[in-house]
Amino acid sequence: MTVESTAARGKPRRAAAETTAASGKTTASRKPAASGKAAASKKPAAPRRTAASRKPAGKRQAERPEMVQLLTPEGERVEHPDYALDTTPEQLRGLYRDMMLTRRFDAEATALQRQGELGLWPSLLGQEAAQIGSGRALRETDYVFPTYREHGVAWCRGVDPAQLLGMFRGVNHGGWDPASNRFHLYTIVIGSQALHATGYAMGVLKDGADEAVLAYFGDGASSQGDVAEAFTFAAVYNAPVVFFCQNNQWAISEPTERQTRVPLYQRAQGYGFPGVRVDGNDVLAVLAVTRAAAEHARTGQGPILVEAFTYRMGAHTTSDDPTRYRPKEELEAWEAKDPMLRLRRLIEREDAADDAFFSELQAESDALAKRVREVIRTMPDPDGMAMFEHTYADGHALVDEERAQYGAYLASFADQHEGN
Amino acid sequence: MAAEKMALAKALNASLRTALETDPKVLVMGEDVGRLGGVFRITDQLQKDFGEDRVIDTPLAESGIIGTAIGLALRGYRPVAEIQFDGFVFPAYDQIVTQLAKMHARSLGAVRLPVVIRIPYGGGIGAVEHHSESPEALFAHVAGLKIVTPSDASDAYWMLQQAIQCDDPVVFFEPKARYWDKGEVDREGIPGPLHAAKVVRPGDDLTIAAYGPSVKTALAAASAAEEDGVSLEVVDLRSVSPIDFDTLQRSVERTGRLVVVHEAPVFFGSGGEIAARITERCFYHLEAPVLRVGGFHAPYPPARLEEEYLPGLDRVLDSVDRALAY
Repeated sequence: MTVESTAARGKPRRAAAETTAASGKTTASRKPAASGKAAASKKPAAPRRTAASRKPAGKRQAERPEMVQLLTPEGERVEHPDYALDTTPEQLRGLYRDMMLTRRFDAEATALQRQGELGLWPSLLGQEAAQIGSGRALRETDYVFPTYREHGVAWCRGVDPAQLLGMFRGVNHGGWDPASNRFHLYTIVIGSQALHATGYAMGVLKDGADEAVLAYFGDGASSQGDVAEAFTFAAVYNAPVVFFCQNNQWAISEPTERQTRVPLYQRAQGYGFPGVRVDGNDVLAVLAVTRAAAEHARTGQGPILVEAFTYRMGAHTTSDDPTRYRPKEELEAWEAKDPMLRLRRLIEREDAADDAFFSELQAESDALAKRVREVIRTMPDPDGMAMFEHTYADGHALVDEERAQYGAYLASFADQHEGN
Repeated sequence: MAAEKMALAKALNASLRTALETDPKVLVMGEDVGRLGGVFRITDQLQKDFGEDRVIDTPLAESGIIGTAIGLALRGYRPVAEIQFDGFVFPAYDQIVTQLAKMHARSLGAVRLPVVIRIPYGGGIGAVEHHSESPEALFAHVAGLKIVTPSDASDAYWMLQQAIQCDDPVVFFEPKARYWDKGEVDREGIPGPLHAAKVVRPGDDLTIAAYGPSVKTALAAASAAEEDGVSLEVVDLRSVSPIDFDTLQRSVERTGRLVVVHEAPVFFGSGGEIAARITERCFYHLEAPVLRVGGFHAPYPPARLEEEYLPGLDRVLDSVDRALAY
């Protein structure tokens, strides 16, 4: 499915036309006032903006107006006046490595679920650029609040991939210390974490700290009240939070048009902060836009919404079957925009890596998959008494009573065994 | 300093003031808590003295209040969030139940969420719909939360201090019908444990267990019964999660009879839990089944009917008579 058809899907045609008219400034929306003025003036797209991108944009009319793009699906660079990005060959290789290892890890986890080692797996296939690009845009001191699909962001934050598997294996509900990597626990209830991120960002502001907070959520979550409330709180308190929406087009079987009648990034305007749509399959654009958004937050300019326009190429989780609800042609169209393929083409075009790099990376990803397999298969079940731990920090008489009773119950079997 | 006589509402205000003075990480937040001082004036003058940064007027969004309180706690703050009325807590129920209560466990103990949620609750003030409910059992059923409710000014002052210092999330139910009742508060004193029940009136013939607004009713029943030559012991539970069953058990073992009084509907309420556990613990001491007096399985009625709905003196005494008749 093209962006054009998606935009048409998501909105009344007249709104789509307005979007196009205003879109010349959309990418400049770091300055809310400027963006508002542009929308009001309804001038045709400013020539100074289109000059640099006329050539590639001409080829992809549908993608041009709304989305920041620095790298075409063919692997060609595109200039953007607001989001210049210089990259070294080493950086390109680094991004490719991140995406490769994340995709390999994800594939391994999917396989492990099929083998019965995991109860469930939410694949990120197709969203590697959105996650690696945004994850690598952050500083160590920034704080991330993920959903349950941010395996690539977790990778960027230095969370051991094997740690992500515990909850899907069923041995815990998360289990890592969010503070150690500044990467919060996966949140299952849709959109809840947008408020946690906003509250945390309110604290950052009180502390006068030079930090940005990132709240990840999806297009489906944009319908949740908590996300709307997070927008309100963040706006009125000027909280340094970046709302990073990965619009992967589907919330299980519900398409984006079942969530919204306007492009999602435009929601921000109604709350009084800027929104920007970025090509979520373009790791360079996501990197540049998120970097700018985080800086926007850190420098006291308040919240900002980034909509990464991407596509979930797999199922929502291993429990669903996307062939029941989405056309094959749509998947094929997006496969042509595969985020990894596109970066690989750029690397080859710019001769940024040699064959040894790719073969070593292949070996590294195989080793990662092997390690993940081993971790999963040797991951111990928790002790039965573990369920009584950590319900309360300061203890609770009922928990103590039940722990003692269940402990005695278990011990009674041991006594019988000894008696025999 | 000698004890001061103050209304329960004033004691809460003094308690918040002390907490804000003592710990710079304590924040007060909620709808109307700042300039107005809260609809019951519990936060009166606090924003003026501690600033908008410590006493935060929030947007009108309960889930947002609790969700951002969670984020602030993750950042190292100790938010005391006010929900304006009992019936308005439900938009925040998801955040309280699925997030606030469980994050400590989910992180295997790494995360602590010292969030206090203050909720004026209960009836008897002639309010309109959703302003008079007693939803404590709905929270007590959730592991990870602690539920407390003071019945007098001294407990109001001290229990709120203790709730704020607690590293677990605490739902702090304030008996709004008792806001204006005065009592002695010794701010230099040493409080008892937050979750300990207290025998507020000793007696020999029957135990009444009550908490929050019902304690006053129970004490009135004990005074009335005394005139009939019946000696009632009144235990103020103070904490609904956990419940101090040891103190209650000691009382029931002596009196042999128990009546539980609360304003919430009896069906699936905390009285049922108390009856079951005390029956287990005191089976051979009980002279009568544990009886419960409380609200009916009906929506909280319009104000003109609430006196019939609430467990008043006569209904409590009727249950006492029934228990004594076995």
